[in-house]
Amino acid sequence: MKVINKFSMNMVSCSANESFARAAISAFALQLDPTIEEISDIKTAVSEAVTNCIVHAYREATGKIYITAEILDNSSIRIRIKDRGCGIADVNKAMEPLYSSIGDERAGLGFSVMQTFMDKLTVRSKLDVGTTVTLVKHISPRFVK
Amino acid sequence: MSVEMKTTGEVLTAYLSGELDHHTAVAMRNQIDSSIELNMPTMLILDFSGITFMDSSGIGLIMGRYRVLSKSGAKLHISGVTPQIYKVMKLAGLERLSVLDETSIINR
Repeated sequence: MKVINKFSMNMVSCSANESFARAAISAFALQLDPTIEEISDIKTAVSEAVTNCIVHAYREATGKIYITAEILDNSSIRIRIKDRGCGIADVNKAMEPLYSSIGDERAGLGFSVMQTFMDKLTVRSKLDVGTTVTLVKHISPRFVK
Repeated sequence: MSVEMKTTGEVLTAYLSGELDHHTAVAMRNQIDSSIELNMPTMLILDFSGITFMDSSGIGLIMGRYRVLSKSGAKLHISGVTPQIYKVMKLAGLERLSVLDETSIINR
């Protein structure tokens, strides 16, 4: 697929930035003319991915979260959220619904939400190197442009 | 983000508003738990009608309060949920806990 528009940003893994990240990406996605439900799906999935970076990847430490969003020529948005944190020992296990490696009232639903609300989810992770989550959502064209 | 607590008899209602994510959930949780401890209700209603966004951190908040209330035999009910927030709750299987039903859902 051809990339027709792209933006990148990075930010500190501070929880106050969760709302900023989802607001920035949803604003970028607006050029695809999504429905309210589609934009809400994107915001929720992004929020889960960014929260994972803060809660799991960097834990007590602070690091950088790297976000790239691309508009593709098939009316899709592809979002990459990358950290240089601790990595995931067992990605399949981490993706199981209700699995959480920590207590603290985490529901263990982050990857389930990403999978359900987006069309494609890819997770690449290496211990002590970091994790990259790639999310893709197709936006149904609503009007003849 | 804000939480307004109201007591009517033995029913405690928490009116939640703003965005509910990992960043805001802790303050909401502390405020609700303090009020539960003070009022010892037989039912807690979590009113989501003022919530504009919720991710799975909201599920953690609900499940945590469900566990706190279960210790004293108190019930939990959820109201004022938009269809988008309901999608997250359904994914978590909250209907199975009988804390929400079709009357919990609103359309803005």
